[in-house]
Amino acid sequence: MPVQCSNCVQRRAVLKRPKTGHSLCKDCFFWAFEEEIHQTIVSAGLFNRGETVAIGASGGKDSTVLAHVMKVLNERYGYGLDLLLLSVDEGITGYRDDSLETVKRNQQQYELPLKIVSYEELYGWTMDAIVKQVGLKNNCTFCGVFRRQALDRGAMMLKVDRICTGHNADDVAETVLMNVLRGDIARLRRCTSISTASDGEGAIPRCKPLKYAYEKEIVLYAYFKKLDYFSTECIYSPNAYRGHARTFLKDLESIRPSSIIDVIHSGETLSIKEGVKMPVQGTCSRCGYISSQALCKSCVLLEGLNRGLPKLGIGKHHRLHGKILAQESLTEQEEKKLKAVDF
Amino acid sequence: MCQVEEDYNGLECNQEKIPVPTKCMKCKEGTAVLIIRVNDAFCRSCFKEYFIHKFRAMLGKNRVIFPQEKVLLAVSGGAASCSMLSQVQEGLSREAPKKFRFVPGIIYIDDGGACGRSAEERQRSNALLKSIFTETGFTYFIVSLEQVFSLPTSVLVPGTSDPDPSNPSYKQAVDQYIKEKQTLTEENVASAVAQLSIADSAYSPERKLALERLFSSMKTLTAKEDMLQTLRSVFSKLLYSFCFYFLSFLSIQRLTESFVTNLQSDFPSTVSTIYRTSEKLHTVMPPQSQTAEPASKCLLCHCTLDTKVDKASAFHATLVSEQLSQIKLQDSSLDAPAQSAEQCCTEGQGCGPGGCCSSNRLPSHQDLKMLLCYSCRLTIKDMVSLRKAPHSWVQSLRVLHSSNSFYDVVDDMASQQFHM
Repeated sequence: MPVQCSNCVQRRAVLKRPKTGHSLCKDCFFWAFEEEIHQTIVSAGLFNRGETVAIGASGGKDSTVLAHVMKVLNERYGYGLDLLLLSVDEGITGYRDDSLETVKRNQQQYELPLKIVSYEELYGWTMDAIVKQVGLKNNCTFCGVFRRQALDRGAMMLKVDRICTGHNADDVAETVLMNVLRGDIARLRRCTSISTASDGEGAIPRCKPLKYAYEKEIVLYAYFKKLDYFSTECIYSPNAYRGHARTFLKDLESIRPSSIIDVIHSGETLSIKEGVKMPVQGTCSRCGYISSQALCKSCVLLEGLNRGLPKLGIGKHHRLHGKILAQESLTEQEEKKLKAVDF
Repeated sequence: MCQVEEDYNGLECNQEKIPVPTKCMKCKEGTAVLIIRVNDAFCRSCFKEYFIHKFRAMLGKNRVIFPQEKVLLAVSGGAASCSMLSQVQEGLSREAPKKFRFVPGIIYIDDGGACGRSAEERQRSNALLKSIFTETGFTYFIVSLEQVFSLPTSVLVPGTSDPDPSNPSYKQAVDQYIKEKQTLTEENVASAVAQLSIADSAYSPERKLALERLFSSMKTLTAKEDMLQTLRSVFSKLLYSFCFYFLSFLSIQRLTESFVTNLQSDFPSTVSTIYRTSEKLHTVMPPQSQTAEPASKCLLCHCTLDTKVDKASAFHATLVSEQLSQIKLQDSSLDAPAQSAEQCCTEGQGCGPGGCCSSNRLPSHQDLKMLLCYSCRLTIKDMVSLRKAPHSWVQSLRVLHSSNSFYDVVDDMASQQFHM
């Protein structure tokens, strides 16, 4: 029995919104989806007129949808922004080179300039080489840390004012769950922020316009709009810890679809007790990037890779930072602990 | 795609097979009967000792129970609460100076009415528990959940702030007890149960909250240890059926339980890490001001409302989504008038202007939503009719708005699914 769209009532509904359960026709869904993102942008004050904004583009559904919607809203509501695409090549054969082709096509489709930065040129290591040394357990740590810095470096090269990424509601909810599971109070406090603080200390502020958009709706939007995106998952991701949180979240969503937003709400309303020790933001002594320790994570990981000590940076080795800074060699015992990799 | 299919023999993470120890790791003599955490083998007696020690250590560390105090034990009949009850019995039966110095009472809340259990089933369970409780010799209360609706609102006062466990007078109280060794007097514990919830001077909100925290901290012992202890406990009758029956409809809870338990087996520090994380968070939202009006507490759970948040928030996003996904609410109640007219006019009051019979009636279920916190709004979402709502709700709604608004709410509830 055909169901009418619950918004316009005239057209037949073609989908059921995972977020609210309402049945909508294609146009009403597009409008609702885009309008919600517009509301998010406006109420959170994510952008200022005249800014240059780099969109983190991987060729995946989130960044493709983000690029498309940003372009649409920029024109529709006259944000007055200069948009461009920024992509990171991690050097994962068979995965990243295909998705980069998609980004190059996006560049043509959306008529936005594109810049690609690679791990190879920034760090001298590709993810394939890293996985060979590190194994499949902690490789996501390397990739995530390096990518964050790579985005910032690329943005600085382009002299943009702001970066926006395609993190969706599912990502944020998973992050909240993950931080509870791992006891990371500092990250738990920060992870639900829609944008990072722009304190003018060199770090380019970044934001997540899709923070309240469900992954399922992003997929539906991309599908119905026939957007060009790369849909394969990273080949190295199956063993990531995040997978546990993701499975749990998906199960929760199947019981109660609003669970995703509910988890985000909980994350936003959490308040930390007084007296809990929190890290203080400083700068890395070696590269000048923001860091809460003497050496930023990126430098520590890189040092570990270059010295053939893959576990340096996985786990807590703050005492060794001084030694690394001074370019001293580590004792045999220290080296032994850092070399052993459990695959 | 040669890179993708390259053989990564030995690089996949699989758990190594650790040889199972046969001797107890503690006494080195007894035969190991179980394994705790990763690979700690215990014999029967050492495990029992370890378990008892953990329980007592938690009581001692938190320092919230003063000598001679009456302590109410909430027993559901499940493994955890039965463990707790048997521990309390053990602790009180010892002749050694380290005997527990408080006076326990037991409360069992029969929520069979909410689960749809029949009267006979409920009577059977109650009788079974009664026999168990009588054996303990403690004063006990078997109450039904629905009795909460007949409690006056003044009784349902939530906790306000986090307690300070390092109470300096605790040590003094213990010393005094040892010196004086007063005998306990029998009191009417039934009135104490009712009074326990009232903001009585003898039971400060801080201590009440501390007690809640203390007994919920039983969760530091994993379910496995609980189970093993209960199997070896004084009770021979286990009320597992209670446990599983009550959880059968709480599927999010069950899902979370199985998630954590499964994760624990791969990552043995999961439970303790989650517990430690929660310790660093406020459990009670501090009230916005000292003189918080009644409306700023949730009507259902009586916690501080968390829905007055700024525009860039998940809550605001939910409201926006709701608005954008459906036609303006004025027009959606076109089929409502017939039923609502019947409903409202039988109550014996006129609709008045803007009432249900008026064609340009504005929906006002906002009234009820305004009185609920975020989570309670979700709970209420499944409610079809407000006709059987508790009396206290009706009163609160009447207090807040005119009676016309209330009937709008009732109509709205009765005629259509409650849209959040």
